[in-house]
Amino acid sequence: MTSVENHGTAGPTLPQKLLRLNWPLVVLIILVAGIGFAMQYSVADGNVDPYARKQMIRFAVSFVGMLVVAMVDIRFWRGTAYLFYGFSLLLLVGVEVAGSVGMGAQRWIDIGPIRLQPSELMKIALVVALARYFHDLPPRRIRHILTLIVPLLMILIPAALVVKQPDLGTAVLLSTGGIVIMFLAGVSLWFFALLVAGTGGAVYAVFISKGQDWALLKPYQYDRIAVFLNPELDPRGAGYHITQSKIAFGSGGTTGEGYLQGPLSRLDFLPEKHTDFIFTVLGEEFGMVGGLVLLGLYMVVLLFGLMTAMRIRHLFGRLVAAGVCMTFFAYFAINMAMVMGMAPVVGVPLPLVSYGGTSMLVLLFGFGLLLSAQVHGKVAFPRRGTVL
Amino acid sequence: MAMRRYRSNEHDRSVFSRRALVLFGAQGALATALGARMYQLQIVEGEKYAARADRARIRPSLLAPVRGQIVSRDGKPLAVNRHNYRIVLYREDVEEVEETLDRLSDLIPLPPLRRKALTEEIRRTRAFLPVVIAENLKWEEFAEVNANAPALAGISPELGLTRHYPEADFTGHLVGYVAAASERDVERAGKDGALIKLPGMRIGKSGVERVEEIALRGKAGLSRVEKDAHGRPIRELERREGTPGEDLTLTVNMALQKYAMQRMGEESGAVVVMDIYDGDVLAMASTPGFDPNGFVLGLSQKDWLSLRDNEKKPLSNKAVSGLYPPGSTFKMVVAMAAMEAGLVGPGHSVYCGGHIELGSHRFHCWKRGGHGTMNLHQGLKQSCDVYFYDLAKRIGIDKLAETARKFGIGVLPEIGLVDAKAGLMPDKTWKRAKLKEPWYPGETLHAGIGQGYLLGSPLQLAVMAARIANGGYEVHPRLVRSRNGERVRSRSLRGTGIDKAHVEAVQRGMYGVVNEPGGTAYRSRIALAGHEMCGKTGTAQVRRITTAERATGVLKNSELPWKERDHALFVAFTPADDPRYAISVIVEHGGGGSKVAAPIARDVLLKLKFPTEIPEGAIPAGADPVFTAETDDEDESEDA
Repeated sequence: MTSVENHGTAGPTLPQKLLRLNWPLVVLIILVAGIGFAMQYSVADGNVDPYARKQMIRFAVSFVGMLVVAMVDIRFWRGTAYLFYGFSLLLLVGVEVAGSVGMGAQRWIDIGPIRLQPSELMKIALVVALARYFHDLPPRRIRHILTLIVPLLMILIPAALVVKQPDLGTAVLLSTGGIVIMFLAGVSLWFFALLVAGTGGAVYAVFISKGQDWALLKPYQYDRIAVFLNPELDPRGAGYHITQSKIAFGSGGTTGEGYLQGPLSRLDFLPEKHTDFIFTVLGEEFGMVGGLVLLGLYMVVLLFGLMTAMRIRHLFGRLVAAGVCMTFFAYFAINMAMVMGMAPVVGVPLPLVSYGGTSMLVLLFGFGLLLSAQVHGKVAFPRRGTVL
Repeated sequence: MAMRRYRSNEHDRSVFSRRALVLFGAQGALATALGARMYQLQIVEGEKYAARADRARIRPSLLAPVRGQIVSRDGKPLAVNRHNYRIVLYREDVEEVEETLDRLSDLIPLPPLRRKALTEEIRRTRAFLPVVIAENLKWEEFAEVNANAPALAGISPELGLTRHYPEADFTGHLVGYVAAASERDVERAGKDGALIKLPGMRIGKSGVERVEEIALRGKAGLSRVEKDAHGRPIRELERREGTPGEDLTLTVNMALQKYAMQRMGEESGAVVVMDIYDGDVLAMASTPGFDPNGFVLGLSQKDWLSLRDNEKKPLSNKAVSGLYPPGSTFKMVVAMAAMEAGLVGPGHSVYCGGHIELGSHRFHCWKRGGHGTMNLHQGLKQSCDVYFYDLAKRIGIDKLAETARKFGIGVLPEIGLVDAKAGLMPDKTWKRAKLKEPWYPGETLHAGIGQGYLLGSPLQLAVMAARIANGGYEVHPRLVRSRNGERVRSRSLRGTGIDKAHVEAVQRGMYGVVNEPGGTAYRSRIALAGHEMCGKTGTAQVRRITTAERATGVLKNSELPWKERDHALFVAFTPADDPRYAISVIVEHGGGGSKVAAPIARDVLLKLKFPTEIPEGAIPAGADPVFTAETDDEDESEDA
């Protein structure tokens, strides 16, 4: 009747795990990555170099990594969760120190051959760490307001470090991801009401204090925020990118200019077209049909992920799975909104499609955890303070 | 305990599932918003963005039309487009800029100073845009660079067009020159402003190049080029060639023009020859000349200053912009005005005792002691000042001015040249308006001998002579004979309303001036029957002769500094029995019209009638020999 009866503490065997793996989700992931390869091929004017080939190799490596992670017992990931979080935090601090020594904003760190962005790593580390915290929390204590101080700090510390980089986009992404996990963990709705009211009040205070004697920020900081919220105020900087992106995307029309035919993409009008603005290229070449297909695929991946999460019998697995889904959603929603001029310009890639190593690796690691949780969805997984 | 945990876990799961669904609902809503945004950008505003995308990547650019060429009526090229061999560098294709320049300097001259400027220019210019390394290279140099092209990556030998004026100094004023458009030119050009702003485009700055600018310029072509975000051209989508400018044939006879320029020699002045019926200007010489090619290629500061500060003003086209008192050449107009007014006939006689008195003033004739009794014919022939003082006094200034204007004096010639001046024919209204003074009777007497306020250009004097020669018809001078090979129709002649008999009386007087013993230009007569010249000398005083000077003896011109010497003038037409051509000659500070200007007119008209060889006996024994240009043959062989 319980999970204990099914597998005992040993859990399923490897062939069982492979059989049980959510293959439709895996296929969907490959499909999305395939769209990515096609777009990398296109932005290089129909060449596998310099982007598509490298992207495929990265995907292959990360994909194998994902399957390996999925095969590892979910209880192992719970055990190493804080270690992982601590490690990521250390790297963030390291980047901060190295960045200030190197007199510039640095977001990445070299580990052997891999160039890693600690902020990317943190997105998953935070999910896992929060999942463990709420998993380990005795059920009654979840209603206690003091128990929320620890997870809030776990969110705020890396978020603050990322803001300092400065990478406001990732900070917002980290915070919302963390809050969503708290929401799914069952934290009282009052808390969220308070949170919304508090944040709203703070933002409101900052805004109305502008130009007053008691202004909370310096004038140049207000200007920066204004440009951040409305890039078109700065037509030569971020505004230029957004304007070009909207023009190229909009000119795609219903079915686009055709694969490898997007004129503005080809003529260098798009900034970062192989990374952050790859969706613009897709919109120009495949039009609204192409955009909706990709968006649809993403939503199906999300739906599969969340449905998988709901079937997991332990809180840790559910929270990890849902957290990964939320991170995934935040990636593509923010990226698409950005290139269509609905959101500020933040350096968020389009998941599995944008060119880039860290985000691919981290995302597939996340999906590996999700799959691990799914495969090991029925293992006995005691919560602290409860007796087996 | 186990039951409790179980229940609790189930509770957690249902909370999780509920909240996960809420979350997914929120995410779905956001995704819908994203889809809606796609619809808005790509469907609702799609057309707008597509148009903007085209505008961003497709740049229409104007194609400069080929400028029309100018030839003389005798087929000599006056303004042509010559190949301009130039070397340009595209930085993006160059491996090592300095090394490439080193190699280039072995092939073409590249002075260190120019090279330093180039290095800077190359650094500043965008990598895909050309930088001109050298222009107007000799063919040998150009060929050398071409031959070494494989070793010179990024160096491109290119062929452009520059304006060239083969006749150089001989047509500098007349044909003018082209130069890059100034900001004001661009403003004034209106619709064509963008065209004349193109790099390499030149517009007419003076002479015919300027008057006929619109015709010579042609119509711009259009090229639609796809460019990338940096402005680098990718491919041409559409090309529409423009219309080349019109090729013009001028009325000017180049052989004659050249001869006139050479005949003037070192003198400062002008010669204008025109057809008395169709107004064709056959020669319009202004000396000293200047080489317009210098202005196309760029003039050094030193050369520019020496042209500008030269007291003989080589840059001004004296034929149309030089204004001089017409002196005695004006006397025909006075005579006709008097007859038109019905005051006198050709037989009217006046006694010249050397001066005439008006109030307390005494007006002197040029001949001390006087001419004795003069009729119109004698008065003109001997250029008696007293005779014309008397006529002017009778006519009055306003009537005199009225007749003078019919002969083009004080009227802007309709020749189009922007520097052409109207001169001045004074009258009472003018003086009251300009000088706020009444007209004094003495001033009418001055006007009677073409002095005082009176001013005219050589072109105006030629027009005056032409209108006398053709029997009083309003001929207008013109410079363009045909456009693209199609003849320009000449204007139909309108009468001036002057009685033909009066004009003929004056013509006879002019015949006497040259062809009768005692005439002021008798020494310059053409002795060939059927080719006789009729004319009138003039000597325009540029200084005031004081009473004291007159008492001690008027200074001779040779005793005066150049600037204070008299202007020598001569107007004429030929042949005497059936006139066809009119001429005016002015030699600034040249002395007397009979001695200096009349022989020039004689020579130029002889050259016009006998371009190759002047027949024996064309000039009487004892006269100055006809001038022949020494360098003529040499120039011919150079052109060939």
